[in-house]
Amino acid sequence: MSFLPGIFNYLIVVFLMMAGFYVVIAQGNLVKKLVGLGLFQASVFILYITMGNLSGGQAPIVAEGVTAYSSPLPHVLILTAIVVGVATTAVGLALVVRIHEAYGSVEEDDIHAKDLKDDEALLDAGAARKEGNGE
Amino acid sequence: MIAVAAILLSDLFAVVMLFGVYSLLTAVLFMNLDAVDVAFTEAAVGAGVTTVLMLSSLHLTKRWEALPRRKPLISLLVVGITGAALVYAVQDAPLLGDPSAPVHQHVTPRYVEQGATEVGMPNLVTAVLASYRGYDTFGETVVIFTAGLAVMLLLGIQDCSRMRPGVSAIGDQVVLRSVVKVLLPLILLFGLYVQFHGDFGAGGGFQAGVIFATAFVLYDLVFGDGSARAVVPPGWLHRLAALGVLIYGGVGVYSLLAGRAFLDYSALAADPVHGQHLGVLLVELGVGIAVFSVVLLIFYAFAGRGHCR
Repeated sequence: MSFLPGIFNYLIVVFLMMAGFYVVIAQGNLVKKLVGLGLFQASVFILYITMGNLSGGQAPIVAEGVTAYSSPLPHVLILTAIVVGVATTAVGLALVVRIHEAYGSVEEDDIHAKDLKDDEALLDAGAARKEGNGE
Repeated sequence: MIAVAAILLSDLFAVVMLFGVYSLLTAVLFMNLDAVDVAFTEAAVGAGVTTVLMLSSLHLTKRWEALPRRKPLISLLVVGITGAALVYAVQDAPLLGDPSAPVHQHVTPRYVEQGATEVGMPNLVTAVLASYRGYDTFGETVVIFTAGLAVMLLLGIQDCSRMRPGVSAIGDQVVLRSVVKVLLPLILLFGLYVQFHGDFGAGGGFQAGVIFATAFVLYDLVFGDGSARAVVPPGWLHRLAALGVLIYGGVGVYSLLAGRAFLDYSALAADPVHGQHLGVLLVELGVGIAVFSVVLLIFYAFAGRGHCR
């Protein structure tokens, strides 16, 4: 396994990505789902930065006596992505807060149960009205 | 490991804290991989702003997670299969630091060789961010602005009478207050340095905006609810956020009117390199203002919600 050091970062990325993915699909708590999404996101960031790295290279700020630089392009993409990430996370959290105000819970199962109950109540009300008209 | 702990704990407060630590570690990793600008951003955003936002939404919801009621087997299976496929794919990926990797073949050599002379600034990340990839960055700025709008629409900024500047939720902490008093001007000064020195060293509008906003968030947290609002009212921030995007777009439109392509900064001055420099400076300023006001607005929205209930 002589190639292992070369792809070690990618393996970490895969591990973190799967950890985040698992949280997103398996956990019922909405805040935790967002944390999972953040883990997933960070793993993508690491993937990009790893690809931009160049052995023997320096940080991409031009200086005398330096000939090799890491690729600045992935850095740019990820830099903006991080800030956009926090903005979109904020939107997600705002949604969670509103859901909590509407349902009194941030657990997915509770919210589903409440939705079903509301639907049934609506159906019952509709049926009752029909009966009332029939009489 | 931290990621695993964050998944297993059911105390969401601890989860959020661990997530902050995770972000900081990621920043260290970026530093190690020569991505100084990115490390900078991750440290300011991930470890600072995200944690504060998550905590304030926990305050609005619940701290404890309900006990899991479903079986995680199917999810584990899906995750396992996807992970295995990715590990298989990773074996074809270019090795770390390989100069023949596709990333280093396409446009990168041109950016690295010409960037310093064409755009006239040593920090290649800023050159690519604001000049070569100006359209992308404009798009990102608009996305951030839109996200700010969305949070405003969802939560709004509540102005309630219970808000008492000077009375902090954490009580009257003399040590904290004194330390913050000393630190605040330094943070603001550092934010300005990062904003205007981004052409030469690590930094730029995105980082500066976040650092500036962090200073006000800190002030508000320590000196009591709504004390930052007395300094920067939300109404200003609405206008500032729009102003930031307008500066960016305005530079683009100006270069259009001057007969060049949208966001071609060479139109800004007689000397193309000089124009590039001026353009990058203006655009970064727009980004900085937009990011600062959106981040602070989002914080106001979450914090205000907590005190009005």
